[in-house]
Amino acid sequence: MAKKTVWSDNRFWQRSAAWITGFASILLIWLTFDTIPQIKMGNDADLQNGVTKRVPGPTVINYKITYEMNTKRGHEIPVIGGMNAEGTSAFQEKEKFFGRDDWSQDEAMELLALGKLASQSKNCMNCHTLLGNGAYYAPDLTKAWLDPAWGPEGSMQSMTGKSTKEEAMAEFLQHPSQYPTHARMMPNLGITAAEAKGLVAFLKHMTSIDTNGFPRNFAKIQGAVHGK
Amino acid sequence: MANNYLTTESKKLATWYFTFAAIIFGAQLVFGLVAAFQYVMPGFLFEIVDFSVARMIHINALVVWMVFAMMGSVYWLLPDETGIETVGIGLGKLLFWVFAAAIVIVVLVYLLVQVGPADQTTIWFINEGREYLEAPRWADIGIVVVVLGFVYNLYATGMKGNRSGIVTVLMADMLAFAGIYLAGMGYTDNISIDQYWWWWVIHLWVEATWEVFVGSIAAYGLITMIGAHRKVVEMWLWIEVAMLFGSGILGIGHHYFWIGTPEYWWEIGALFSALEPLPLVAMFIHVLYDWGKQQGAQEAQGKEVSVIANKPAFTWFVLQALGNFLGAGVWGFFHTFPQVNLYTHGTQFTSAHGHLAFFGAYATILIGMFYIAVQGKHGIKVMHATKKSIWATSMIFGGVLGMTAALTMSGYVQVLVERAQMGASWSGYFDSQASVWFAQGMDWRLIMGIVTFLGFVILVTDLLSIGKATHHER
Ligand code: HEC
Ligand code: HEM
Ligand code: HEM
Ligand SMILES: [Fe+2]
Repeated sequence: MAKKTVWSDNRFWQRSAAWITGFASILLIWLTFDTIPQIKMGNDADLQNGVTKRVPGPTVINYKITYEMNTKRGHEIPVIGGMNAEGTSAFQEKEKFFGRDDWSQDEAMELLALGKLASQSKNCMNCHTLLGNGAYYAPDLTKAWLDPAWGPEGSMQSMTGKSTKEEAMAEFLQHPSQYPTHARMMPNLGITAAEAKGLVAFLKHMTSIDTNGFPRNFAKIQGAVHGK
Repeated sequence: MANNYLTTESKKLATWYFTFAAIIFGAQLVFGLVAAFQYVMPGFLFEIVDFSVARMIHINALVVWMVFAMMGSVYWLLPDETGIETVGIGLGKLLFWVFAAAIVIVVLVYLLVQVGPADQTTIWFINEGREYLEAPRWADIGIVVVVLGFVYNLYATGMKGNRSGIVTVLMADMLAFAGIYLAGMGYTDNISIDQYWWWWVIHLWVEATWEVFVGSIAAYGLITMIGAHRKVVEMWLWIEVAMLFGSGILGIGHHYFWIGTPEYWWEIGALFSALEPLPLVAMFIHVLYDWGKQQGAQEAQGKEVSVIANKPAFTWFVLQALGNFLGAGVWGFFHTFPQVNLYTHGTQFTSAHGHLAFFGAYATILIGMFYIAVQGKHGIKVMHATKKSIWATSMIFGGVLGMTAALTMSGYVQVLVERAQMGASWSGYFDSQASVWFAQGMDWRLIMGIVTFLGFVILVTDLLSIGKATHHER
């Protein structure tokens, strides 16, 4: 046998493995304690007081939301209630959601909770991606609320016979296979009117989450494909 | 079960787990084919077995068969490693039936009930709608109980018998494996927090605890199949554990780039996940090195025969080393920097990586364990390949490589057209899907999927018949 060195000693490697694993785990737990408070959902008071949260409170549905390039951060960020001089949320401009822009914290939370629950019960994530995670059979829903197809220039409002984005979305979600735009259709999932309303709130709220600029250039480019 | 050479109850129990795993593996492939067919012909089973249902069964079956085969592998190797009969065989048998029955019920509900109303009863009894963790809560609790029972057996046996390095690693690893599952059981209204914990299960399973698990199984295989030196193998194993956990635990940051979590995860995720391929390279080299060394040592003694005691199993073990390196190491590395992931996140590219990584790292070595069990059951000293095992291996491995290539092409088109050219909108998404090259990729994925499936059918017939072949050394 050659001279024994620490490098060929199993005990040494066993201890190293234990230390490294312990150290990495503690770091992850520590980072978790830092991250979770930062992604806790805000509340109505934050919005009223102009406090920016990575995950805003549910009453964000009372506001106009856009997705704008922020030169300081170098990518797009959700802008809530119009933009201020620094290029971030001004929390001023409201936008009616199903006819109201005064949803209370509790009412809005109830809608959002119903929508989140419906997203799981109906398994959206096994066709779509949410925040980019899930399945690849259908479009990413992270910023679906801002998709041009739902807007005044898009086709969905007239197709569903509705005059607002939220009503058009709710109608589509209840009877998706009645309003197909592609051969690959979304099936009827038995979504009720109440669930559809909740889902639209959930989608609008998701748009307000600060996703560090994903997706990039969302719907900003109308495409170079075939010179369109 | 005529001439069963198995002398321990633990190994007999292992064959139950392996058998059930193989059946679920088949189910996984069938539903994968349904989903792949829907990409090509969207009307197929529309509003009967929708894509979401087929896909949910595909990926749940994937996780379940692997967990079954992992448990089977542990029951298989425990008597060899500890030198005693496994403690708690009765419990192991009971848990087998409980787990199998629960899985059958869960799958039937997925298939027949599919979706429920937006309330907690759906979460408790139908599905949780969170990719990979769709199993309803009652089943979650059942799974935790089953896994804890399994961990108890492992600990009781490891503490009573000889606790080898391999068993020590498995004891620590399986406890972490069970514990991490708890992180995925909660419900929250906040989708960012939801996905934060969801990744603890998905990532910390496949890029930490499962990797260490296959490291242990590979170590066992090297010792038993080519007679590698235990001390050296176990030293390598500890080094691998250090490297895998050292990079993999914080590598979770590569899933925290875009879900609402702070920007510092860009740096942490990029740095640590970029290190993750290193242990995979090391494991690849280790397997080839030990093989060459053992063969060389034997030939130096003038014996010109192979050192491998189980050709088909060892082939799968070598393919594991390669597949893990390619699927997880190379394909993972491709998209693990935020600068790249910003565009590839949630595209067919991810699917390419997911397929080659899960298959390469886990399916391969577990199929290898099936062959080891067949060898043991038939009391074979040196098991040779058959025509069927060679066909099965080539078609399955070739099929998955082909699917990966096709998905990579489609992913590339999707990234360029949907993400770069069209800004990720609904219409941009469909512009990418409509591209001829994307569509061809989907066709080839389906064709290669069929090749994979046919290979699987041959694999099953081989597993059932190879033990009776006459060209083995008994
Ligand atoms: C079986 C697969 C499937 C499931 C499950 C599914 N969808 Fe869809 N969805 C689709 C497809 C396919 C399209 C594209 C339809 C088209 O273009 O004609 C679509 C389109 C959409 C759109 C419009 C696209 C956009 O970017 O705005 C929205 C919004 C949407 N789905 C929301 C949902 C929600 C919310 C759920 C869960 C409650 C859900 N979907 C579940 C397949 C699915
Ligand atoms: C018959 C062969 C197979 C076919 C046709 C097939 C098809 C599919 C399809 C269509 C999807 C959905 C992807 C999407 O959302 O667009 C999928 C997902 C998945 N499959 Fe397969 N599959 C096959 C075999 C396998 C094998 C052998 C494995 C691993 C061992 C595997 C692991 C996965 C995983 C992990 C996902 C989720 C991927 C992700 O979310 O990125 N599949 N498969
Ligand atoms: C055997 C080990 C591995 C397996 C089984 C595996 C499997 C997967 C799967 C299934 C997904 C898709 C998850 C989903 O459905 O959303 C995924 C995503 C990802 N994996 Fe892996 N992986 C492994 C190792 C690695 C390694 C070593 C790296 C990096 C070097 C890596 C980098 C990534 C990244 C960056 C994503 C996110 C993709 C996206 O943004 O869409 N993976 N992995
Ligand atoms: Fe990961």
